[in-house]
Amino acid sequence: MQLAKVIGDVVVTRKDDNLTGMKLLVLQPIAADGSHAGRTLVAVDAVGAGVGETVFFVRGKEASFPFYPTEVPADAGIVGIVDHYDVEPGS
Amino acid sequence: MQIAKVIGTVVSTQKHRKFEGAKLLLVQPVTLDDKPRGTPLLAIDSVGAGVREKVLIVLEGRAAGEALGRKAAPVDAAIVGIIDSMDIQE
Repeated sequence: MQLAKVIGDVVVTRKDDNLTGMKLLVLQPIAADGSHAGRTLVAVDAVGAGVGETVFFVRGKEASFPFYPTEVPADAGIVGIVDHYDVEPGS
Repeated sequence: MQIAKVIGTVVSTQKHRKFEGAKLLLVQPVTLDDKPRGTPLLAIDSVGAGVREKVLIVLEGRAAGEALGRKAAPVDAAIVGIIDSMDIQE
């Protein structure tokens, strides 16, 4: 999983049937110090996240597991909202 | 599997139910000479690792789910061992 900031949402009308009802959010992956780490991406939301929140997301086919048995065609999914995280100084 | 260093902890209340009770740690993948490689990741801890320890991580869904002991868990990274020592002959 990776940490990310939710920076927006996406509205898609014409889409795969199995994406119906899914919330799609735009994520900016972040490093432990909060700086940007890599390209932005769109992820399905499984936990009710919103813009401005720090979340963690899973990549790959596992992104669709929260919606089982629906086979959601997604390769990234938000699976948790971060309350806070601590990084050991000097590590 | 990859070598990583545990650099921090993450607290999350609102998360997918398959994560309940699981410990989440921030890990920084490192090279053989201890240099950071790539960005830090969040991994499920199944072996009781702690901050500053060097660990072995799997970066694949099925393996990570097995480490968590739950089927069809939406995870893609898990700590599966704490490294005592390494000996590189080169």
